Amino acid sequence: MGLIEKILQGDQKAAAKLISKIEDEPTSALEELKVLKERIVPVHTLGITGPPGVGKSTLIARLIERYREKNKKVGVLAIDPSSPFTGGALLGDRIRMQMHSPDEGVFIRSMATRGQLGGLSRATAKAVKVLTGWGADVVVVETVGVGQDEVEVMRVADTIVVVLSPGLGDDIQMMKAGILEIGDIFVINKIDQGETGHLERNLELVRPGREREGWVPAIIKTIAVKGSGIDELHQKIEEHRKYCGKPREVERADED
Amino acid sequence: MRKKIRVLIAKPGLDGHDRGAKVVARALRDAGMEVIYTGIRQTAEQIVNTAIQEDVDCLGLSILSGAHLKLFPKIVKLLKKRGGKNILIFGGGIIPSEDIPELKSMGVSKIFGPGTKTQGIIDFIKTQIDADGKRR
Amino acid sequence: MDAVKKEKKNWEEKVLKKVLEKRPERKKYFENYSKIKIGRLYTPEDIEDLDYLKDLGFPGNFPFTRGVQPTMYRGKLWTMRQYAGMGDAEESNKRYKYLLKQGQTGLSVAFDLPTQIGYDSDHQLAIGEVGKAGVAIDSLADMELLFKDIPLDKVSTSMTINAPCAIILAMYIMVGEKQGVNLSQLTGTTQNDILKEYIARGTYIFPPLPSLRLTTDVIEYASKYLPRWNPISISGYHIREAGATAVQELAFTLANGLAYIKALKMRNLNPDDFAPRFSFFFAVHNNFFEEVAKFRAARRLWARLMKERFKAKNPKSMMLRFHAQTGGATLTAQQPDNNIVRVTLQALAAVLGGTQSLHTNSRDEALALPSEDSVRIALRTQQIIAYESGISDTVDPLAGSYYLESLTNQMEKQALTYIKRIDKLGGMLQAIERGFIQREVQNSAYLLQKKIEKEEEVVVGLNRFRSEEESKLEKLILDPKIEERQKKRLKELKNKRNKEKVKKALNDIKKAIHPAPARRSGVHKQENLMPVILEAVGVYATVGEICEVMRQEFGEYRESVSI
Ligand SMILES: Nc1nc2c(ncn2[C@@H]2O[C@H](COP(=O)(O)OP(=O)(O)OP(=O)(O)O)[C@@H](O)[C@H]2O)c(=O)[nH]1
Ligand SMILES: [Mg+2]
Repeated sequence: MGLIEKILQGDQKAAAKLISKIEDEPTSALEELKVLKERIVPVHTLGITGPPGVGKSTLIARLIERYREKNKKVGVLAIDPSSPFTGGALLGDRIRMQMHSPDEGVFIRSMATRGQLGGLSRATAKAVKVLTGWGADVVVVETVGVGQDEVEVMRVADTIVVVLSPGLGDDIQMMKAGILEIGDIFVINKIDQGETGHLERNLELVRPGREREGWVPAIIKTIAVKGSGIDELHQKIEEHRKYCGKPREVERADED
Repeated sequence: MRKKIRVLIAKPGLDGHDRGAKVVARALRDAGMEVIYTGIRQTAEQIVNTAIQEDVDCLGLSILSGAHLKLFPKIVKLLKKRGGKNILIFGGGIIPSEDIPELKSMGVSKIFGPGTKTQGIIDFIKTQIDADGKRR
Repeated sequence: MDAVKKEKKNWEEKVLKKVLEKRPERKKYFENYSKIKIGRLYTPEDIEDLDYLKDLGFPGNFPFTRGVQPTMYRGKLWTMRQYAGMGDAEESNKRYKYLLKQGQTGLSVAFDLPTQIGYDSDHQLAIGEVGKAGVAIDSLADMELLFKDIPLDKVSTSMTINAPCAIILAMYIMVGEKQGVNLSQLTGTTQNDILKEYIARGTYIFPPLPSLRLTTDVIEYASKYLPRWNPISISGYHIREAGATAVQELAFTLANGLAYIKALKMRNLNPDDFAPRFSFFFAVHNNFFEEVAKFRAARRLWARLMKERFKAKNPKSMMLRFHAQTGGATLTAQQPDNNIVRVTLQALAAVLGGTQSLHTNSRDEALALPSEDSVRIALRTQQIIAYESGISDTVDPLAGSYYLESLTNQMEKQALTYIKRIDKLGGMLQAIERGFIQREVQNSAYLLQKKIEKEEEVVVGLNRFRSEEESKLEKLILDPKIEERQKKRLKELKNKRNKEKVKKALNDIKKAIHPAPARRSGVHKQENLMPVILEAVGVYATVGEICEVMRQEFGEYRESVSI
């Protein structure tokens, strides 16, 4: 059986291999991807971004619980930077999602940026397809949102969740140009750790988000470690999914 | 051809002595590898599924609790079952000499004892992976 | 002083310069593990600012630099405490009774890993670990067995337990109660130092904030009902073993101590009500003067912090009493006999640093469980220092050494710098949650490893002066039936006990936990959990069951990767 057939039958190993090929030999992977593309229907893609350490991975672990309760299969792509000096990377996002590792209905893959961010968003878009082929009903992409490049990566997503935390009150102004503009939903996580008023006021001032017709970016407060606020977040994501309608073909950054 | 060596460093069992595992993870990263680190208290299922999903070339297991003869076989067996038989496995920690042959016979390529140089581990991984073209 | 300075300059120009030109020193730069630059020569100039009365004083007096008792080892030698212990409750009980018969009055209990992280012996994650690193305790029934026929009013028990400390202490109290021993008669120590578990050692269960609540519950309860109990032993040992430098060990341990005091103060307790029963636990490594200086600096800094920050009045609140253990991480598997010499040097430093008790490691601890011979040599090492070296005949004999005093000053200063940095991050809890402390420690561990690999740091027998013989790790033989036996006992217990009562007691714990801490400032309003835990333990709810309720309410901690 060919790799693609295996992937379509839900074989994790086959899917993992194809993602590696996309990373290592992008050109020769194109053929397989072409075949794959014809066999899949795009699924809802969720982008989770925000400054380092705000709780993105912890939130994803919680969201996976919600999806799994409804028996939806979840694919996760967790992206971390490669060291510009050695080319190595330490990929640690999945540490917070490891409780889902034994679950056959969850597929988590860590990806390093490998120093080519434009290329990364292409690889990410393709990996989303592989996970779709594997059977994911929803694909979640995590990136650290610090620069324009990561914003680029987020373009693969139908719904973008920007995660912030109370301590960030004043830094918000500086983020304006970046990730704040792309959020459909804003999460203030770690509300157990301090006042959120300051951050909320600042968010209000900035009025961030990609306000589109009929959608007003929402702000949701969570404590990811304890699981509170996750239902609301999940609901809001579902709302946005319905608002978007048919998932977009993940094409934009995809043409090699 | 693989562009980057991907390694999973995992700590099965319940002990929290992760100094060695973390030093090794960092050394491998600094040697240009992509290192997936999943933290302490990992079950065999977690480790194996991670290795498969991450498509790693190499799995390093660190264990100091003395439960290696229970945990290693479980992991190796499961890994083979899940189609990961080409993954290079090495171990580290406090492992008595007389247990090493048994571990090797089940498919653990090497055990690094106390006092190992991280450069030794880096060299080992690179040599093994170069030698074994099919791993790529 | 001016004369000294002038003469020093003279010496440097006339004598030193010539020698250096002819024969350069071994290294361009000398430093110790804490990255403190070590000078060529220390003179009165280096301790110019030292104020004897303010900075050193007299032993037994503030700031306790010279020791916590006026006569130190002239009065009483340090306690030579060697611990061991594993298997199940029955086996350990036999061993304890044997030790007591030999005249030992203190027992120390190590627990296996499942117990330490709140899993019963039949939990899936417990496979292969039951009874391994210590005794397995699932319920009060095991604790009763562990202390069967041992009168708890006659022994002092030290228990290395952290995350489930409240539960284990509750069991100990219940055993005492059943023996008819009054709470006020119980003596001993619980480690109960949860913060260091996030930094090193890793036997945490819950996130830091609720963990801190449990820790302070134990301390508060002990301060009210257990006057002879040391409810906490604030431990730098494991932080050091995880790779911290001496300064980091010192700074992070004291910062943890400050965090506990702060949390207790938020409950409107007066530091003088509980701080006198705080004790500390440090490692002692190879760099001799660095270690001696560390202990002296620790005493002085703690005394000052307690006085200045917490306005303690009782001198006992300012007195840092500590237990020391030689550094496990400094032992080599290669040429294990060399470890005897390392342990000797380390033990000497601990004694010169004024320790209250000492554990000396056995030479083969890097390899496996120590043999009886090795354990004996380790103990003899302490005895030779105590009785033959003459060191114990006078108080703080190294005081006044230009080098040592200068180093003591620097260690104190650098540790304080760290503590202030932690303050800026919002305290230890925040610093841990953000991974700052872990990162600092891991970084030190990595740098030391690199230095050893590059032979910038010499480890005899490992990277220099190697011999051909290969080191062999001995196999540790453990009764494989322990796990089965323990599981069977647990199953029987679960059938026998009153299920309704257990259910109710567990539910009571759940209720008492709520409302879960919503914010930091809410800590002091919470109910102390000890009474409901005592109830639950009394009806034979297990460690695993109680911890499961808490896991549900508190959540579980997952480490920060910060490599
Ligand atoms: N107190 C508190 N801590 C939280 C919360 N959510 C996450 N954390 C903690 O914050 C730290 C970082 O969480 P992660 O989920 O790794 O954050 P992240 O945004 O994925 O981090 P990076 O991928 O490194 O950028 C961890 O120690 C979490 O346990 C929360 O709601 N409250
Ligand atoms: Mg993350």
